[in-house]
Amino acid sequence: MSSSVLSMRTRRRFREVVFHVLVFSFGVVMLYPLLWLAGSSFKPSTEIWTTVSNIVPRTFTVAHYINGWRGFGGVSFATFYRNSFLYAGLGTLASVATSAFVAFGFARVRFPGRNIWFGCMLATLMLPVQIQIIPQYILFTQLRWVNTFWPLILPRALGQAGQAFFIFMIVQFIRGIPIELDEAASIDGLGRFGIFNRIVMPLVKPALVTSGIFSFYWTWADFLTPLIYLNDPRLYTVSVALRAFADPSGQTDWGAIFAMSFLSLVPVLIVFVIFQKQIVEGISTSGLKG
Amino acid sequence: MDRRLLENRRRAIAGYLFISPWLIGFLTLTLLPILGVVYLSFTKYDIFTAPQWIGLGNFVRMFTGDPRYWKSVGATFYFAIVSVPLKLFFALMVAMILNAPHRGLDFYRAVYYTPSILGTSVAVAVMWREIFGFDGLINALLANIGIRSEMAWLGDPRTAVWTLILLVIWQFGSPMLIFLAGLKQIPDELYESAHIDGARGVRKFFWITLPLLSPVIFFNLVMQIIFGLTVFTQPFIITQGGPLDTTNFYALYLYRRAFETFQMGYGAAMALVLLLVVAFFTGIVFKSSSLWVFYESKEGKA
Repeated sequence: MSSSVLSMRTRRRFREVVFHVLVFSFGVVMLYPLLWLAGSSFKPSTEIWTTVSNIVPRTFTVAHYINGWRGFGGVSFATFYRNSFLYAGLGTLASVATSAFVAFGFARVRFPGRNIWFGCMLATLMLPVQIQIIPQYILFTQLRWVNTFWPLILPRALGQAGQAFFIFMIVQFIRGIPIELDEAASIDGLGRFGIFNRIVMPLVKPALVTSGIFSFYWTWADFLTPLIYLNDPRLYTVSVALRAFADPSGQTDWGAIFAMSFLSLVPVLIVFVIFQKQIVEGISTSGLKG
Repeated sequence: MDRRLLENRRRAIAGYLFISPWLIGFLTLTLLPILGVVYLSFTKYDIFTAPQWIGLGNFVRMFTGDPRYWKSVGATFYFAIVSVPLKLFFALMVAMILNAPHRGLDFYRAVYYTPSILGTSVAVAVMWREIFGFDGLINALLANIGIRSEMAWLGDPRTAVWTLILLVIWQFGSPMLIFLAGLKQIPDELYESAHIDGARGVRKFFWITLPLLSPVIFFNLVMQIIFGLTVFTQPFIITQGGPLDTTNFYALYLYRRAFETFQMGYGAAMALVLLLVVAFFTGIVFKSSSLWVFYESKEGKA
């Protein structure tokens, strides 16, 4: 009797060990490319293509980060990062503020035409950017907005360019708040804007945070829009700069390419570590693409 | 004036005030451009001189006189149809493995999700290019286990598209999270009663898991196919559309026509066709939305 209990326990423990060994090794395989990128960026140039499959450098150097940071054409990565943070920062702030404001209108005000406009908003959920990009380019060219940040930020501030995801998510969130709260506040003399600002906004904070995180990710990784609208290297965001920097026909300083590539992922990874819980919940509940 | 009429009017003003940022954006930056695309698709336009009406010229050329167009369509569908089911298959398998009481699950989930969060960034594309390069990581790993590979993975028309498919599969993290959430919704009692009825592993999967998860799987399938049809950064950076146009995907070809050779009319015609294809897939999702949209609150229904 006791021996069978013991064997069951050892069997269970054995299975647990097998599980962890398998799942952990698979995790290593998943992260291997990234570890390789990080490791290579710290190898001396002579080592990069001779000990290719090593992750840990034999000699450790930060020279590639210093060389790479200088950038190209007299413009350093400091400028590219400033531009990217400007785009991601302003784009995210504008996008979250607009999404919340618009979502409140859809969720809490009953006005004629609401269902039609809400349907239009949902229809843009899956509209690829390629559809509008040519007429938008013509429009922004005529406004002389090429080589400015307006074509990048304005569509986000006006709830386009994929922002419907955030509006929809916040609408869903507001619908979960009991309407009695609004009614009570209204009796207390609060107007619609007051209800939005003082009652609903504090309660939908989690949805705003999730929107903010994903908006940051999308703007940080955005490549097509800056590629089309920013032609002056002094205005390049990190993504466009990296593409020019890592152009195989021009650049052969592989260490610097690895270093700048890895560095551009660091802000994303930091946000991921800090907001992991919100990110996982955001995707699980609303199907936001990562 | 009637009090209710006044209240209705105030509500209308408030409603439009709240949605005005979106409404202005929708009319000027989405609806107007869509109408613009329709108009431009019937013209020849190089942005420097005025658009010239050529009727169905772009479409005739596209469908009958441009073999690169059809090659691009074929390559895009091949890429989407192969990569998306594989990605979702991986996502579901891993989600099922992680959907059991074990220690350290949060850690593993985060690890598997990391490639997904880095998503479409240029840095990951550059990294992928070097991994599959001639001197890259893959050939070095093969050499380690005694296989001397002289494969130029990105330069060979047989393998280039597969490097991109592999990249998509590697980023199975977000469907995995969605499937995990879906699996948690399936009540344990169902599995228990199936167990009593004699169902075991594989059968439980086909009798319970798959049917209950199918709306989620279907939704993800369509969404990912749409994203797959519009993939741009990865082929642009990793393979530049080559070799022999095997990765010259639709969005990339459209970009080249419109912004490298300034054939805006032709690009618009391509965009219009893309719109119809995406509308078709979106229509499928909306028709089936009652299966997957879940409203928790009864209040303030739109």
